[in-house]
Amino acid sequence: MTTTVTAADPVRTAPPEPPPVVRVRGLQMSYGAQQVLRGIDFTITRGQIVALLGPNGAGKSTTIEILEGFRLRSGGEVSVLGVDPARGDEAWRARLGIVLQSWRDHGKWRVRELLAHFGSFYRPYAGDGVTRPWDVDELLAAVGLSEQADKPIGALSGGQRRRLDIAVGIVGRPEVLFLDEPTVGFDPQARQEFHELLRTLADARMTILLTTHDLHEAEKLADQVLILTGGRIAARGTVAELAREFGGDAEVTWTSGGRAHSARTADVSVFVRRLIQDGGEVEDLRVHRAGLEEIYLSMVAREEAKR
Amino acid sequence: MNVTGNAVRQGLSRGGTELRQVLSNGQDLGSNLVWLIGLLAPIYFLRDNMLAGTDVSVAAFVLPSLLSMCIGFNGLLNLAQQLVVEREDGTLLRLKALPHGMVSYLIGKVLLVAGMVLVAWVAVLGAGALLVDGLHLGEARRWLTLLWLLPLGLLAMLPLGAVFGSLIESPRSIGLVMLPVFALATVSGIFHPIAGFPTWLQIVAQAFPLYWLGLAARSALLPESALAAEIGESWRHWETVVALGGWAVLGMLAAPVVLRLMARRESGSTMAARRDRALRRRAA
Repeated sequence: MTTTVTAADPVRTAPPEPPPVVRVRGLQMSYGAQQVLRGIDFTITRGQIVALLGPNGAGKSTTIEILEGFRLRSGGEVSVLGVDPARGDEAWRARLGIVLQSWRDHGKWRVRELLAHFGSFYRPYAGDGVTRPWDVDELLAAVGLSEQADKPIGALSGGQRRRLDIAVGIVGRPEVLFLDEPTVGFDPQARQEFHELLRTLADARMTILLTTHDLHEAEKLADQVLILTGGRIAARGTVAELAREFGGDAEVTWTSGGRAHSARTADVSVFVRRLIQDGGEVEDLRVHRAGLEEIYLSMVAREEAKR
Repeated sequence: MNVTGNAVRQGLSRGGTELRQVLSNGQDLGSNLVWLIGLLAPIYFLRDNMLAGTDVSVAAFVLPSLLSMCIGFNGLLNLAQQLVVEREDGTLLRLKALPHGMVSYLIGKVLLVAGMVLVAWVAVLGAGALLVDGLHLGEARRWLTLLWLLPLGLLAMLPLGAVFGSLIESPRSIGLVMLPVFALATVSGIFHPIAGFPTWLQIVAQAFPLYWLGLAARSALLPESALAAEIGESWRHWETVVALGGWAVLGMLAAPVVLRLMARRESGSTMAARRDRALRRRAA
């Protein structure tokens, strides 16, 4: 049997794009005379991890709070899961996960007790093949708090508290997860484990938006990075795209016959293939591209200079 | 699953958990009852002083009035304080992030406060049975009065507590409410019959719910002979219901509006700002 589908059949070959999970158009926010967001556009599709990167005061938290429905915007269009957050009801809220920075709330509750309590709020919203809430013991294992399950929350260390914050954020198995500066105060190991957890969640089709001022975090985690400075998106794309767009040519260095060589090229793979095909001994081959860090710092510096 | 039913259930479970936490922690329980001990001590010394014109001791007069203070103290001050503290520490924001979380939060608080009032009542009535003669604790009719007084009193006080709790910004300002409440208690005839007060002060006292709470509690526990010390020599149950009901209606009209305005302002960054302020305060 032969297939009748041809390239001329656009519907079959290119399935219609699913509606984006987050859609922001011309988002503006002012506090009095002070304009914090000056027209922001971005789109997040299902299962993406997007990092909102920027210095303090760039408008990251304001943006995420508008998406959470905790803050009313001054202008522009916003939709999260197809709903305007300013008009989101409780059923909409049940599909959202919000990771807050805890301080000392619920200090007398035990870890397991609090997660079970919070999870129960999502029970009426199970369905469509989604088990809500997350099984507490599984969740504790996922965030690495199994041993602290019966401890009072007030007795947790700072890092353990942050793990709990994350567990609280995902206990309802949200479709979209918002995290504002999630890894502040994490040691490298905790950070690594946290990144792996987010990857697992994204693989399970959870859509994730996080803010960070840590560039390496954005670089490691995000499918898409949005650099926010002075209330505008200064740059966007994957880390590789950003590096290509703003970093210019890459510098390739190698040694051959005991001598050091270097060359600049826009297309590293073509250059390197040719270098090796041309024969000769190529040792200690290195490619250096302006890292996101340099790009980011120069952007921030430019923005600061404008103030 | 019924969404509203679930919210109520979670609120009740929340209140139950918090009540258990308070009751199982000696320090918490102590700080909730210590003011009562301070007020109960004079009762012991006043047990032989008679109230002018009656055959009731001053102690017997003050003790039921303390029952009303329990409602006023927990319903207004304790609730207000919890709202202020839990807004600062982020409890409220966490609940706001849950579907129907705020409703459950409030239901939990009502249950917690009602439980605390009951605990305080047991302490006061227990002390009364031991220390004070002339209380009529043995008659079922008396308990019936207490049974309607508790929910009606809570209905009158809790919305006021919610309003104060929403309007006060910092836990350190809670004292601003504490002093007027104690002043009001003095004026409201908790410690002394107001029938002998100047007329204008009597009118002021009767404008507030605390007087009516005290009157109803006295009507429950004191003999008819104690009526001589009351305005109009009557327990005025109907007026009590109208006055407390009026405060309840007023409060329940105002509280949801004020609470909603307060909750709307809550977000991660307002929380963070408050935390930073508090940490700076502690460092200073």
